[in-house]
Amino acid sequence: MKSAVIVFPGSNCDRDLAVAFERSSGQKSEMVWHKDASLPEGLDVVAIPGGFSFGDYLRCGAIAARAPIMQSVVEFAKKGGHVIGICNGFQVLIECGLLPGALMRNSGLKFVCKDLELVIQTENSPFTNALTKGVKISVPVAHHDGNYIADAELLAELNGEDRVAFRYADNPNGSVDDIAGILSANRRVLGMMPHPERLNDPALGGTDGAKLFESLMASMATA
Amino acid sequence: MKILVDITLKIGVLDPQGKAIQHALGALGFAGVDGVRQGKVIELDLTETDRAAAETTARAMCEKLLANTVIENYEIRSA
Repeated sequence: MKSAVIVFPGSNCDRDLAVAFERSSGQKSEMVWHKDASLPEGLDVVAIPGGFSFGDYLRCGAIAARAPIMQSVVEFAKKGGHVIGICNGFQVLIECGLLPGALMRNSGLKFVCKDLELVIQTENSPFTNALTKGVKISVPVAHHDGNYIADAELLAELNGEDRVAFRYADNPNGSVDDIAGILSANRRVLGMMPHPERLNDPALGGTDGAKLFESLMASMATA
Repeated sequence: MKILVDITLKIGVLDPQGKAIQHALGALGFAGVDGVRQGKVIELDLTETDRAAAETTARAMCEKLLANTVIENYEIRSA
């Protein structure tokens, strides 16, 4: 599995993502600077990390979504490439139009930083096929703007097409319908506020996050 | 010429920051505040001197970057 991690000024956990990919696939991940014009050849998956790209100026993820490399990422996704956006990466994927809806200020107005339980909502995605629907995994969240907004029509579409990947067991930010992560229509783009790459080693408190990367690896192997 | 862009949340989109301001105003003794919505103003200094052309450019800027039209409305006015 050949992976790349996009790095913006203000990204964080980009190295953790690279480690998670390397552990699951045995292949080094490529770090790609946001000013690069194109992605490396032959990629299977592109990851947009968390953080506070461009200082969250204007709107979270808004400036990053217009960075030179993002045009290549959008084309990669439109050609059927796998893309995962975590936390700020989720905000970037929404801002560049790969995922629908919006992420707003947490309803409690506070930055939320803790481990939370996520309930797996679907096994039908390359990111969750090694998981079991209904099972809870523990994954850290750390964000100020994770309050997912969708109108009734979009919500019905997401639910009807089984595109909600994760729900919070205990909603930390006011997200509609407890949504923590969603899939694109072709199921190959995942955006989620929690950070699975941060819980990828027993020394860091658990390995629940690794299951997403193992799922991805397994789906690549059978593809 | 200067162009001002007002960006506001669409009606129906919950505004937690506006709510917090409303509560703070209440705590300061300002009675009768039925609602607060927070937005932002972006001031553009454009070399364009034709008003209509400048507003057209500003509109394109709003659609491409300045506003998230899923949740925000924008209004363009000349300074």
